[in-house]
Amino acid sequence: MSDAVQGQVSMADVSKTFTLKVEGKIQVVQALKSVSFDVKQAEIVTLIGPSGCGKTTALRILMGLETASRGRVSVGGKQVNGCGYDRGLVFQHAELLPWLTAAQNVMFGLEMKGMRGGELKDTAQRYLELVGLKDAANRRPYQLSGGMKQRVGIARALAIDPEVLLMDEPFGALDAQTRETLQGELLEIQARTKKTIIFVTHDLDEAVLLADRIIVMRGGSIQETINVTLPRPRGDLGALRGTADFAAARYKVWKALHSAEAVH
Amino acid sequence: MAKSDSMTLPSADEDIPKLKREMPKWAITCMSMGLVIAGWEFFGRDVNPIFGSYPSAIASAFWVLVKNGQLLAALSQSLKAFVVGYGLSVLIGVPLGLLIGRSRILEAAIGVFITGAYAMPLVALVPLLVLWMGLGFAVKACVVFLMAVFPIIINTWLGVRAVPKTLIEVGKSFVASDFTILRRIVLPATIPYIMAGIKLAVGRGVVAMVIAEFFTAISGLGAIIINAANAFDTAKMFVPVIVLMVLATLLNSFVGFVERKVAPWQVELSGRDEG
Repeated sequence: MSDAVQGQVSMADVSKTFTLKVEGKIQVVQALKSVSFDVKQAEIVTLIGPSGCGKTTALRILMGLETASRGRVSVGGKQVNGCGYDRGLVFQHAELLPWLTAAQNVMFGLEMKGMRGGELKDTAQRYLELVGLKDAANRRPYQLSGGMKQRVGIARALAIDPEVLLMDEPFGALDAQTRETLQGELLEIQARTKKTIIFVTHDLDEAVLLADRIIVMRGGSIQETINVTLPRPRGDLGALRGTADFAAARYKVWKALHSAEAVH
Repeated sequence: MAKSDSMTLPSADEDIPKLKREMPKWAITCMSMGLVIAGWEFFGRDVNPIFGSYPSAIASAFWVLVKNGQLLAALSQSLKAFVVGYGLSVLIGVPLGLLIGRSRILEAAIGVFITGAYAMPLVALVPLLVLWMGLGFAVKACVVFLMAVFPIIINTWLGVRAVPKTLIEVGKSFVASDFTILRRIVLPATIPYIMAGIKLAVGRGVVAMVIAEFFTAISGLGAIIINAANAFDTAKMFVPVIVLMVLATLLNSFVGFVERKVAPWQVELSGRDEG
């Protein structure tokens, strides 16, 4: 794999249908309808849309947890076929293993990747420091706040050094203040590690604050792609919210979300 | 890089004043036991010693059985069969339950036998087992195994079914094999269910042991019960009964102790106050 494609993500004409049985009747649900988009290395793309719009399905297909019914999906130039260490997933509710400490949770992915011994401990510790949890390494998930759990989730996904970080509404369940802190930290981490990030959210502000590009989805297809021209590094996110550029970008996304006829 | 406010952890040695002083649970248990025993002693003395007995008579029968060595010998005979049968049921039941819970095919193919066998009237089958295996140790261990293994399998199986799909996906997202997911994620997530099954199996295993000894009537605590009952020596009959009750209770708290050792997070999660 050449450096030129490292961290690139591509979805080409991807469709996904689920067959469900609802009260004895078989229903076919089309979750994605020929969705195509490309993500450049080190780019942050947010997927936004109402629930059921297919954004999480798209992310799960990229992760390899679901397979596309049609179309091609590739990461770093390689066809996606199941999960791989080139992608790291941050779950909606962190999904830490409750019987492991924060450090052991971070080590879990590393062990799966085959790392052992001192290197394992050092790497886990380094990533816990990266997310600001150096002193909580030996706490179990029930001893961590929601924000801290999600930090561990991010450290666990980053520790395996993936090319692409896939994030499924990771801050959706956090209180507003914690969420803003973590958004700022995520941007700092991304500036340092230069990871490609695909971030699913239903929060307008979050989509704008984080993204280089916003993909607005509706009814299983891409409705609009909006480039965010806010400067990088974004710096103080609180101050950024007060700028006219932020307001303009936010309004554009709001219009895209509300323009189309409801598809349900 | 983390803001310090979100990093504040409650310090472990912080002294939080208790609002009210509560009586410890063990003290309540002792008081309730004392009351029951006193009541039994008081009313039990008026009953014909063939139809019933009372604590002090049982205690003296207990002392006689201890002194002549009969009780200890019987206890060790019974316990050996119990330990082997019960140990096997844990060793076989837990892995089998895990596999059935994870495999659609196994679940459909043998789940129905497991559910059926759980309700099997084992007492009816003991004479047959005696024909197959004789009157000795093997038949006792086998009956204990057959009574204990099914609640363990069923509980483990149900526990596996209750493991959140997202936890399995954590394993998948790190490219873990099915076996690794079973060992590193499904097994620890299922421990509370497994422990509940293992506790249920203690009581069933003890009952099974006595049933087997009733039929063989040659050795063990069950033999003392049946022989004393046939001789209308009610106080003596109660001695092994009480010993077995105490034994099952102790085994249960031992399993609880093991559970707190292997799954300390679970106690915290459910907020149970043990002690």
